[in-house]
Amino acid sequence: MVNPEMQFEVQDTTQNPVKLGVENLSIKYGSETALEGVSFNIHEHEIFGIIGPANAGKTSFLKAINRMDMFNPEMQVNGKLEFSGHDISKVRNVYGLRRRIGVVFPLPVGLPLSVYDNVALAPRLVGEKDKAELNVIVERCLRRAALWDEVKDRLDSLGSMLSGGQQQRLTIARALSQDPELLMLDEFSIAVDPVTTMRIEDVLKELKSEMTIILVTNLVQQARRLADRTAFFLDGKCLDVGITEDLFTGDVSNQRTRDYVEGRFG
Amino acid sequence: MTTKRNAESVAAAADFDKLNRDWYIDKAVQVLVFLGGISAIIFIIGIFVFITKEGMGFILGDFSFTEFFFSQNWRPTSENKATYGILALIAGTASVTGLAMLIAIPFSLGTAIFIAEFATGRTREFLKITVELLAAIPSVVWGFIGLALMNPLIIDIFDVPVGLNVLNAGIILGLMAAPIMTSIAEDALKAVPDRYREAAEAMGATRWQVIYKVVLPAAKNGLLGAVLLGVGRGFGETMAVLMATGHAINIPGSVFDSVRALTATIAAELGETAVGSPHYQALFTIGISLFVITFIINLIADLVIRDVRKG
Amino acid sequence: MFEATRINHKNLSRQNMFRLLLGGMTALLILPVILVLGTLIYKGAPVISFEFLFANPTNGMTAGGIFPALLGTILLVIVALLASVPLGVAAAIYLSEYAPDNWFTRAINIAIINLAGVPSIVHALFGLGAFVIFFRFGTSILAASLTLAIMTLPVVIVATRESLQAVPMAFREACWNMGATRWQTIRRIVLPNAVTGILTGVILEVSRTAGETAPIMFTGAVFFLPFLPQGVFDQTMALSLHLFVVSTQVPEMPEAVPYGVALVLIALVLLMNSVSIALRMYLRGKKKW
Repeated sequence: MVNPEMQFEVQDTTQNPVKLGVENLSIKYGSETALEGVSFNIHEHEIFGIIGPANAGKTSFLKAINRMDMFNPEMQVNGKLEFSGHDISKVRNVYGLRRRIGVVFPLPVGLPLSVYDNVALAPRLVGEKDKAELNVIVERCLRRAALWDEVKDRLDSLGSMLSGGQQQRLTIARALSQDPELLMLDEFSIAVDPVTTMRIEDVLKELKSEMTIILVTNLVQQARRLADRTAFFLDGKCLDVGITEDLFTGDVSNQRTRDYVEGRFG
Repeated sequence: MTTKRNAESVAAAADFDKLNRDWYIDKAVQVLVFLGGISAIIFIIGIFVFITKEGMGFILGDFSFTEFFFSQNWRPTSENKATYGILALIAGTASVTGLAMLIAIPFSLGTAIFIAEFATGRTREFLKITVELLAAIPSVVWGFIGLALMNPLIIDIFDVPVGLNVLNAGIILGLMAAPIMTSIAEDALKAVPDRYREAAEAMGATRWQVIYKVVLPAAKNGLLGAVLLGVGRGFGETMAVLMATGHAINIPGSVFDSVRALTATIAAELGETAVGSPHYQALFTIGISLFVITFIINLIADLVIRDVRKG
Repeated sequence: MFEATRINHKNLSRQNMFRLLLGGMTALLILPVILVLGTLIYKGAPVISFEFLFANPTNGMTAGGIFPALLGTILLVIVALLASVPLGVAAAIYLSEYAPDNWFTRAINIAIINLAGVPSIVHALFGLGAFVIFFRFGTSILAASLTLAIMTLPVVIVATRESLQAVPMAFREACWNMGATRWQTIRRIVLPNAVTGILTGVILEVSRTAGETAPIMFTGAVFFLPFLPQGVFDQTMALSLHLFVVSTQVPEMPEAVPYGVALVLIALVLLMNSVSIALRMYLRGKKKW
C-alpha cells in the first residue's frame, strides 16, 4: 500500500518549504565547544536524520533549537536558527516556541502524574478542559507511541513508576500530545525492544505527513530506514549532509562519513 | 484523524510568539516570588533600621562609649543621676553563656559522634527524634524548669542561700543549646564521605581511630559552625536567663552568684519605660549591640559551614 | 603476629571505652530532660481539667482556667501563619526555582540565617519600633503576630526550599520541553510533590510560634485581660507569657498552676513537632519516583 504522493515527498523533500534554517550555528559550554559552524536547512514533512558518535554535538543541537540554553548559563549559542521563518534567538515567548516543538531526550522521564495526566498535560497547558477531547488525544498519542495496549487498563497509575522502556514511550506520547510542527527524537529506541522500535518507526513514517521530524540516532541503519536526508556530525562539526541513500552509496564529501556509516569507527 | 484542536493549532502556529496570558502570569509570578525572596533582606535591614531609629537619640546624646560598655553602674531609674553602664550585664551574659558552652560543647559533640558513628537502626532514629524534640521545648518552659526545679535542687545540694544563679542558668542554657548543636554537628559528621572511613578501616584502623584521625579533622569546620551557632543561641536567649539567673546586677565571683543578662534586662525593663525616654533608648542601644554581635557570629558560622559543603 | 594481636586488643578495649563514654554522654544529655518532663507531667497533670482549659482565670489568676491565654496563643499563631506562610513559600520558590547562583542570592541566604539567629528580644524591639509605634498598630495581636511571623519566617523558607529541591530537575526539564512556563511547571509538578514537605515546615513553625515569649511581650501580649480579644487590633493573653506571669509575677500562686500551664504549653509544642516528624517519616516511606 504505497501512497504515490507520499513516495513523491520522500524523494523530493528539498522542494518543501524550509521548516528549520540553520546558519553557521556554534554552541559552547563555557570555553568548551560542543558544535561549530553548522549550516543546513530542514524542510517540512521530512525526516531529517542526524548520525554520529557520542559527543558529536547532536544533543546540544536539539537543545539549542528548543531554547534550553535559557536554563543553563554555561551554554552559549551563536549563529542563526530560524523556525518557520522566525529567528528563534529573537523569540520573546519561548514557551510558545517550545509548544510547537516536541522533543524526546534519551533519558526517559515519566512525570510523577498518572499516565493519563502525563499525556493530557500539554493540551491542558494550552487550556484544553474538554474531557472527551482529552480522552481522544490521550488514546491517540499512546497508540502512536505503541504504549496503549500495555497501559490502557491502568491509566491512573504513576507515569514515573513505569518501566524504563514504557517511560520512554510515554515521553514520546507526551511529545506527540503537543501536536508539534517539529518533532525531535534523540535516540528514542535506547530503552525500547526491537519489535516496539519497529512499530514506532512505522508511526514516524506516517507522522511525516503531519510534521517535520529530526531523528538523532547512533544506529546508522535506523537513519537509513527512516530519514529522507541525513547529516553526519563528528566532534562538533557537521561533516556531511545530503539525501540519506547518498551517504551510504553515493558520493560523500568526507571519507570519515563513509567510514562511519560502514562501521569502521564510532 | 483531524480533531478540533488540530485545526486550532494550525491557526495558532502562525503567531506562537504572541505574548499570551500564560506568559504574563509567568512574569507576574516571577516578580511576586522575587519580592518574597528579597523580603528576608528587607526584614533584616528593617530590624537594624528600626532598632537604631529608636535607640539613636541615646547614642547621639551625651553617650560615652567607654561609660556604656565599661562601667558596671546600670542605674537607669536613679532619681538624681541615671547611669547606663552595661559591663555587669555583659559579664552576666558572658558567664552564663560560657558555662553553658562548657557543658553543651562536650556533651553535644559526644552525642553527635555517638549518633553519627555508633548508633544504628532504631536507636539512631530514636536519638535523632529525641534531640529534635528537645530543641523544640520553648525557652519560657526552660526558664520555669530553672525556677521551679533547679532552684531548690541547687540550694539543697550546694547549701547556698539562692539557687537562681550562674550555675542554674548555665545548665539550663547548656541543655537548651545542646540539641541544636548536636544536630548541626551530626550533619557535619554525616557529610564526611564514607569512602574516607572505608579507606581508614581498610588500613586496619579501629572505629575510634577512624573517628579521631579521619572523621573529626574532616568535619572540623562544620563542628566549629555548630559551636558558633550554639554560642549565638545562648547569647541571645532571653526568657530562660531572665527566669533562672536571679536577675541581680553583678559581676559574678563564682557560679553561685546571681547575675543579670543583657537580653533579660531589656525584657524586664522595657515595659516600665516611657517611649523615647533615655532609659528606653538605652535598652534599644543594648538591642543594637546584641543585633550586631549575633549578626557577626551567625555570619562567621555560615562561612565556616558553607566551607564544609564546598570542600 | 603476636605483637599485632596485642595492639589490636588494646585498641579494641579503648574503642569500647570510647563508645561507652559517648553513649554515657548521650544518656546524660537526654535523661535529665526526660526526668524533667516526667516531673512536669507528675506535678501538672492533676490540675489539668476541662475547666482549667476552658474557663477564665479567677482570684488574680491563682484559680480558674487558662482559656484566654490558650485562645490568644491560637489567634497569634493563626495571624502569624497567614503572614509568614505565603511569604515564606514565595521566598522558597524564588530561591529554589529562580534564583541564580550569585552574590545577591547569597545575601538573601545570609539574611535568612540571621533572621533565625537574631535574639528573640531584638525581634521584640523591632516589633515595638516598627509595628506598634511606626505603623501605629498599637500593642495588638496584629503587631505581635507580624513580629512572630518575621521571626519564624526562616522555618517555612528552609523547609519549603528543601522539599522543592527534592523534586528532581529532570521533571522540570521535561515540563519545560513541552512548552510549560516556569510557573506552570511549579504549579503542576513541583508544588504538588513538595506539599507534604511544606506542611511539615508549617507545623514546625506553629510549634515555634506558640512557644515564643519575648517577641510578644511588648508588641501585643499582656499579663492579664478581663475580656477576650474582639479583633486583631486588640491585645491578648498568651500561653507562653502566662507561664512567665504565673511563675514569677503573682504572689501566693498555688504550686500546681504553673506546672499545669507549662504542661499544656509543652504538650502543644511537642504534639506539633511529633506530627511534623510523623509526616516526614510517612513522606520518606512513600516514593513517587
